[in-house]
Amino acid sequence: MSDKRIMIDVDHVTIRFNMASEKVDNLKEYFVKLVKKELMFQEFLAVKDVSFQVRAGEAWGLIGANGSGKSTLLKAISGILKPYKGSITVNGSVAPLIELGAGFDGNMTARENIFLNGCILGHSEKFMQEHFDEIVDFAELHQFLDTPIKNYSSGMRARLGFSVATMVQPDILIVDEILAVGDYKFRKKCEQRMQQLLKGGTTLLYVSHNISEVKRLCDHALWLDKGVTRMQGDVDTVSDAYMEEMQK
Amino acid sequence: MKKLKSYAREFWRYRDLLKQLVSRDIKLKYRRSFLGYVWSVLNPLLIMLVMTVVFSTMFSRNIENFPVYLFCGQLLFNFMNNSTHQAIFSITGNAALLKKTYVPKYIFTVAKITSGMVDLLFSMGALVIVLIATRSSFTPYMLLSPLVIVQLYIFCVGSGLFLAQANVFFRDIQYIYNAVTTAWMYLTPIFYPLEALPQKLSWAVSHLNPMFFYVSQFRDLIYLGQLPDMTTVLSGCVAALAVLVLGMWSFMRSKDKFILYI
Repeated sequence: MSDKRIMIDVDHVTIRFNMASEKVDNLKEYFVKLVKKELMFQEFLAVKDVSFQVRAGEAWGLIGANGSGKSTLLKAISGILKPYKGSITVNGSVAPLIELGAGFDGNMTARENIFLNGCILGHSEKFMQEHFDEIVDFAELHQFLDTPIKNYSSGMRARLGFSVATMVQPDILIVDEILAVGDYKFRKKCEQRMQQLLKGGTTLLYVSHNISEVKRLCDHALWLDKGVTRMQGDVDTVSDAYMEEMQK
Repeated sequence: MKKLKSYAREFWRYRDLLKQLVSRDIKLKYRRSFLGYVWSVLNPLLIMLVMTVVFSTMFSRNIENFPVYLFCGQLLFNFMNNSTHQAIFSITGNAALLKKTYVPKYIFTVAKITSGMVDLLFSMGALVIVLIATRSSFTPYMLLSPLVIVQLYIFCVGSGLFLAQANVFFRDIQYIYNAVTTAWMYLTPIFYPLEALPQKLSWAVSHLNPMFFYVSQFRDLIYLGQLPDMTTVLSGCVAALAVLVLGMWSFMRSKDKFILYI
């Protein structure tokens, strides 16, 4: 196992977050905050001193209660956030599925959005042209291609977003609790696609509150609790311990 | 130097995104209107018509061929004004996306300025119509006008970057900038000749107002049919580059902190 290449190296990472409150009741408070520079910025450490290493081909599940820093950690790995302390090294291309269709523009048609979204993910127009049919086939949205996205249901948006993002074989796939809106059939289809990518050698980072899904897809797990690592290692051991704690 | 090189490579990788964003702005602007793209020529033409009527009846200054004089200044100023006002919101307005995916952030700012420039090119069509309608003579100097637009484009990208990053930390910028551009418009000889200003002010405008450098170069080429003098050209280039460096420097310094404030 240890001879495999390290894909993601998270080394003692601490991530800051802004939780400045908008609540300023009077002028005095306003100036006090202004002087203390807390008006727009109030520090909050969302992830504290977390370390783990993911090797090629592994699938990691990130579990923990709401607000425990899972998404923040994923965002830092995708390059959206910079760690405050520590370092994150990522080797290979990352396909982040933090929110499906984050780059969709409601006023544009699905056809235009496929190109826009692909370019946001860093693909070229030519590349998108070549894979256009493949994307539409997977999303099964042939008849709505020229409808503006604002008229789409959330499930349809998710389908389109997932198809665009997983069309290539990325080295690292980051999935953040996004399949909750799809219907049963599409979720199965997505799971199949992820499993297929995994077989192809893709490394997966997966956030979900559905523990059985995590167990099915992943081989390792990391349990975060209020920004601190509670446990990491084999998926069964960690998720069983997590479930036990939750049921207390 | 190495850093700059990697920025250039990244920009090249995302060049199609820039194209997509610009074409989105243009497509959506006139979607569902009956005349569609015709508006991008018709709109400046109508505004010019109104201003010509207003200014040629209210002020009895005799500027020869006033419509062309006015149009030259107005086209450039409007481009600067509209594109930078759009650019201010290019980071804060895309907050949802920037929080969810990694994209080089300056792309959104550059895209706004570029869409503004595409609008300007459409308006050039209107300028040609005005030139024909007023029976102005066409000179080969007109072919040099893209050089002026390039200077102005660089100037706008620089100020756009600066304003966009400043607006993330200090949202009051958008309101302050409104007042600034209004003052700026009256301090640029768009509908009056430079000589109409008191001497001290006219010195300041012609030496310190970058918009004057661009407008007067453009007017020399289109309206007067002559080469602009070298000092103005040089001042225009220096101002554009200086503002670009300022914009890029301020943007790079603060871009990693954006996410905490948007």
